[in-house]
Amino acid sequence: MAGRTSRRMGYEGVVLAAPATTPYQRFSKETAHWWIARALRQSLQSAGLSPRDVDGFSVSSFTLFPDTAVGLTQHLGLTPRWLDHIPMGGASGGVALRRAARAVQAGDADIVACVAGDTNHVDSFRRMLSSFSRFAQDASYPYGAGGPNACFALLTDHYMSAYGATREDFGRICVAQRDNALQNPHAVMKKPLTMDQYLGARMVSDPIALFDCVMPVSGAEAFLVMREEDARAAGLPYAHIRGSIERHNAFPEDPIQMRGGWAMDIDELYAMADARPDDMDLLQTYDDYPVISMMQFEDLGFCKKGDGPTFVRERDLTIAGDFPHNTSGGQLSAGQAGAAGGFIGMVEAIRQVTGTAGPTQVEGARTAMVSGFGMINYDRGVCSSAAIISGAGT
Amino acid sequence: MTDAILPPPKKDPQKRTRTQTLPSGLRSRAALGLTAAAAEGRFMLQVCGECGALQYPPRDACSTCLSTDLPWRDIDPAGELIAETTVRTSTNTYFRERTPWRVGTVRLDAGPSVMCHVHGDVPRGGRVRIINRLDKSGQGVLYVLPPEGTPNMEDDPQLREITADPKFRRVLITDARSENAVALAEAFAKAGASIIFIGEPEGWRPYPHRAALEAIPNVQIVPLDVTDTASVAELAGEIGGKTDILVNNARFVRPGGIMDRGDTVFARDEMEVNYLGLMRLAQSFGPAMRGRGADGDNSAAAWVNILSVYAYSNMPAFGAFSASSAAAYSLSQCLRAEMRPGGVRVMNVYTGPTDDAWHQPLPPPKVAPAALARAIVSGLKDGLEDVFVGDVAKDLIERWRTGAKVLEREMSETDGGGA
Repeated sequence: MAGRTSRRMGYEGVVLAAPATTPYQRFSKETAHWWIARALRQSLQSAGLSPRDVDGFSVSSFTLFPDTAVGLTQHLGLTPRWLDHIPMGGASGGVALRRAARAVQAGDADIVACVAGDTNHVDSFRRMLSSFSRFAQDASYPYGAGGPNACFALLTDHYMSAYGATREDFGRICVAQRDNALQNPHAVMKKPLTMDQYLGARMVSDPIALFDCVMPVSGAEAFLVMREEDARAAGLPYAHIRGSIERHNAFPEDPIQMRGGWAMDIDELYAMADARPDDMDLLQTYDDYPVISMMQFEDLGFCKKGDGPTFVRERDLTIAGDFPHNTSGGQLSAGQAGAAGGFIGMVEAIRQVTGTAGPTQVEGARTAMVSGFGMINYDRGVCSSAAIISGAGT
Repeated sequence: MTDAILPPPKKDPQKRTRTQTLPSGLRSRAALGLTAAAAEGRFMLQVCGECGALQYPPRDACSTCLSTDLPWRDIDPAGELIAETTVRTSTNTYFRERTPWRVGTVRLDAGPSVMCHVHGDVPRGGRVRIINRLDKSGQGVLYVLPPEGTPNMEDDPQLREITADPKFRRVLITDARSENAVALAEAFAKAGASIIFIGEPEGWRPYPHRAALEAIPNVQIVPLDVTDTASVAELAGEIGGKTDILVNNARFVRPGGIMDRGDTVFARDEMEVNYLGLMRLAQSFGPAMRGRGADGDNSAAAWVNILSVYAYSNMPAFGAFSASSAAAYSLSQCLRAEMRPGGVRVMNVYTGPTDDAWHQPLPPPKVAPAALARAIVSGLKDGLEDVFVGDVAKDLIERWRTGAKVLEREMSETDGGGA
């Protein structure tokens, strides 16, 4: 039942470790299998583990066809006793985490490797858009075939007229993330971005312009979920899971998307973590377009609905700022590696709260919120997830 | 305000003719219900047969009560444009070649929000009405118009992509001798067709309305006998590359069924004109038209067949003619499939008995040539695929949809069961 109040079990004794990012490339001749293998190997190596130690495996990818997680087990030589395939795009990081954590907590698996990765061939983006979902195929792709650019342009247009947001407000998010990306050696975007450049960029699907759009790339991200005692025994930096939520097809009666599923569950997330918005040292939102990051500031409780524009005018979203946001540059500046875009914030947040983020490290970061958003099934993102994690910090 | 399109310049024969690319034609089976409604220009959505909830996008189960009984119903097309964008870059070649392309979200007064193509004259955030039409891939799409007409609105480039407006287009009407020819030529002249070719069989034989035809602006009478393969091929060689709309108007009609005709002479004539005539025209003119679907403002746009509605269900009093119409109807479906890659529409206009010599003994209502011509031109302006003209045709198709077998039994009454 929606709205139930019974307390959920916490995630005590389960931790996140061994964050891994395979550096992104704009186009790749390799397959999703290749990219996922690289990230998995990197994560296991950093934890001093071999593939035989993995008894749980969770995969998110759009470009594995005709394979699923099943084919990957044989392909990669894994023999897991717990297997998951999460087709939730941008929400997959939070969802992978909470499912894997419960498996470890229940003893169904000892070490779950969560991996997301996709390849980007020269024509793969067009192919994916034309058959992304049945509703997209039937009711959005035939209308200009603008893909997510056009869908988010509609949401952005409506948000701007409803709340008085300006292009400059969205520009603040993009410019700050580019600033963060310049600290991240793996970010695809390497040049600074000024507000004038942002505002002067060519329109892609009004009011969405070039720097509001992510660059589709190839890449992969991974992390491990295991028992705290095992992580400690191995000497690994780790993060606790203090709470998590997920929701699908929230508010179907809204005529156009003005809020995501977080708005249904955010109080539960804070209650579970025994935390408040002020306790977050940093926030990783899902940022395929800046409007959705702005909605997350609102729906995750950092400001009231409609106050997003004021919030970004008053806060500094850079690594050194008073509200560090998407510290690796996010998808907008680091690139969107398909389903790995649903992991980028989680992997970076694990690094941040374990003090291992290197050049993008937020000073003194111990607690982070990570939120995910995915799957424009027709006119709006259907999946949402969020988690609060804490580590020992720097 | 829409800019009026200008008369297209004469084509430079050295320039490459643009290949027709298409918007995505992939649809689920449920979504083809929208296409079926668009073929007749109706705005229909699924309405749950149990709880009455409106569904969009098309579904296999009701999103309110999970009922799988989701019949399509005509829906109030009024709504409000709550968001819009102009797509300036697209992964699809068809749209990429036609950007900027306006798209919006409309909240229907009836409930759901729908993504639509948006006419250039629709004001931001304004009241709108939705039409459901076939796009170049022959699939139903929703298109937003201003609540009332605006100057030159039919010239909007996005709208012209989903219509087959005769304005500035070159039309070939077959069978100058038919009583319909004058009314058709007048209607196309009024609709702004730039040239109206009229195919004339047996030119040596006089017929009463030739002078009237010649008096219509932009009319050119050309020799064409659809029962003669050489004649059809010769004319196609001359004007096939500039025929934008072809109206297959030739019909051979005689009363009678099987046993009251002692031989197959008329039956053969009916098949020669009504069935093989269509085949000959399509073999000669079809390839050139299919290749010119994207050839500028006067691209090839539509093929029109005038068919008897008794193609659907045989009327024994004209039983052999009905059979030839059924053959032509079936062939038109094949032609439609073959024309689709070129984005050229095949519009069938179904009529009941027409007001002419061969239907003289039948009681009214009968379809007058002017009414038939009006239905054809307005069907082209709306970009339709199926038009039922006159009360008899409309009544018959309703009865056919309700129960083809019941209709067959009704048709066997001597008066056609009132049809």
